[in-house]
Amino acid sequence: MTDTIETPSAPTKSRFSKFWDSDFAWSFRHSPVAMIASLVVLILVLSAIFAPLIAPYNPFDPASLNLMNGFTPPGTPNAFTQDTFLLGTDDQGRDVFSTILYGMRISLFVGVSAVLLAMIIGIVLGLAAAYFGGWIETLIMRVADVQLTFPAILVAMLIFGIAKGVTPPEYRNEMAIYVLIIAIALSDWVQFARVVRGAALVEKNKEYVQAARLIGRGSFPIMFRHILPNVLSPVLVIATISLALAIIAEATLSFLGVGAPPTQPSLGTLIRIGQGFLFSGEWWILFFPACTLLALALSVNLLGDWLRDALNPKLR
Amino acid sequence: MFAYIVRRMLQSVIVLLVVGLVAFSMFRFVGDPIDNMLGQERTQADIDRLRTELGLDQPIPVQYYKFLKEAVQGNFGVSYRQGRPVSTIIAERAPATLELAFVSGFLAITMGIALGVFTAIRRQGVAANIIMTVSLIGVSLPTFLIGILLIYIFSVELDLLPSFGRGETVMIGNWSTGFLTTSGLKALILPAITLGLYQMTLIMRLVRSEMLEVLRADYVRFARARGLSDRVINFRHALKNTMVPVITITGLQLGSIIAFAIITETVFQWPGVGLLFINAIQFVDIPVMAAYLMLISVMFVTINLIVDLLYYAIDPRLRVDARAT
Repeated sequence: MTDTIETPSAPTKSRFSKFWDSDFAWSFRHSPVAMIASLVVLILVLSAIFAPLIAPYNPFDPASLNLMNGFTPPGTPNAFTQDTFLLGTDDQGRDVFSTILYGMRISLFVGVSAVLLAMIIGIVLGLAAAYFGGWIETLIMRVADVQLTFPAILVAMLIFGIAKGVTPPEYRNEMAIYVLIIAIALSDWVQFARVVRGAALVEKNKEYVQAARLIGRGSFPIMFRHILPNVLSPVLVIATISLALAIIAEATLSFLGVGAPPTQPSLGTLIRIGQGFLFSGEWWILFFPACTLLALALSVNLLGDWLRDALNPKLR
Repeated sequence: MFAYIVRRMLQSVIVLLVVGLVAFSMFRFVGDPIDNMLGQERTQADIDRLRTELGLDQPIPVQYYKFLKEAVQGNFGVSYRQGRPVSTIIAERAPATLELAFVSGFLAITMGIALGVFTAIRRQGVAANIIMTVSLIGVSLPTFLIGILLIYIFSVELDLLPSFGRGETVMIGNWSTGFLTTSGLKALILPAITLGLYQMTLIMRLVRSEMLEVLRADYVRFARARGLSDRVINFRHALKNTMVPVITITGLQLGSIIAFAIITETVFQWPGVGLLFINAIQFVDIPVMAAYLMLISVMFVTINLIVDLLYYAIDPRLRVDARAT
């Protein structure tokens, strides 16, 4: 837009103010949706990271639990112990607010790790397909095509099921989180590979790549040092949207009982637990985790939408 | 044309063979089948006998070939958990899933097209704007939360509809149907809405954008100039021309209805194939998982093939492309 005109004092400007004046930051400052969404994401992420400091109770420490506190409604003192809980307690007397904070930690950890892993797989395979071509490209893209015909959630379920069969029973609960990450990542890498391949095919024929090849740089430095930085912006957009999808996928799998175990509950597991108390009137056990999940998924999604528009050169 | 069909079918067969290989490896390498079938008190003689009986002493390619032969005949072995043939269990469960998928697919298509046309014609109207906003929220809500929300409103608060199960069913031959009893029909309403909602919003948005494009076309303007009534223009001329993309997308969505049925069936404890699959994963019941995998891949690959061939038949531009490559 107009803010990028370089002023004579540019070299003395700090890095931050340079960033502040960029197109990217300008578009951020002029989009209330993006600002609110990123504020919500920031608050949720920070409270997840600092959960042990913020949470009034440690829901996984049996010593701090009092079964008498079970089913305390939000904000009102318990009939027996006179303890008050901001968002109430569940059947075992665990503070719902604390379980949400810890649950969000697991949801975010699984979501972010799964997207990072999917991104790495997608970038490597996408770049390899574009750069080498030939049978490597055919093989990778055929596998991608086949996988795309199946819904991602189904693929993730299957991988989870197979992995569960392979791991010995005594490790299943401990491994569940990592299995979940791998399952979601393997169901999601195709998008990254396709986008990276598409962008890299264009970059591959540009002069700088030919020049790099002429001076004798090897395939891998060219792929990762020269081509990769130029195809990263669409990858960033997809990563953000994938993050929202991964968080929902994780919640869905955990809700179905094929994800995070009850000993390490994510938001989906909490919703699964809360569903059992819907009929007996303890709505808060379900309601607050569900709202947190929605707020998280929706704001990450909105952020992704904004990022797509902001980084799209056609819309500038 | 012929070469294209043959190549496309060959591709489908290869995909199915690969999926078959995955299912076979699950059988063969995830857990020991002998371990699963024999109890604690077994002798080496028992193990050897069963190994020969099951053909596990033969080379892997021969085993794979046998597995495929059995699978084509619908024989997937015995469920580890229920101790009955997998094909019998799936045949029992299939009507529930198919009825649910059929009703929600029907709902999604009819409501999706109707609302799509409505929002395209009354683009500025208040009602159309409300529908569009609600549909945005509908897309971003996860399926299982929609189901829980519906249960909360219609079962817990209003106490109108059942929250789980199929209600009473009537057996017609081997097919158990819930269509013939009041409780069966009532039980179908909430799961069908939950499953169909996402597809409905998708079809609605597609029909709307296609309609808006077509309504701007010259032949529609000409029809208007001829003095044709709005109804004839909207439905006989415009809607007809939006149908090609709608049909293909709907075809592809049929597969995901079956996949998302897993989620809906879990929320409503609907006794279908999806619930069977989820339970199989929880208890590592490999034969059921493998059978479900094979079954659903056959379905997906067939749907994809039909849609591709339809595309080819409908869109002449593709024919040129196919020849060029």
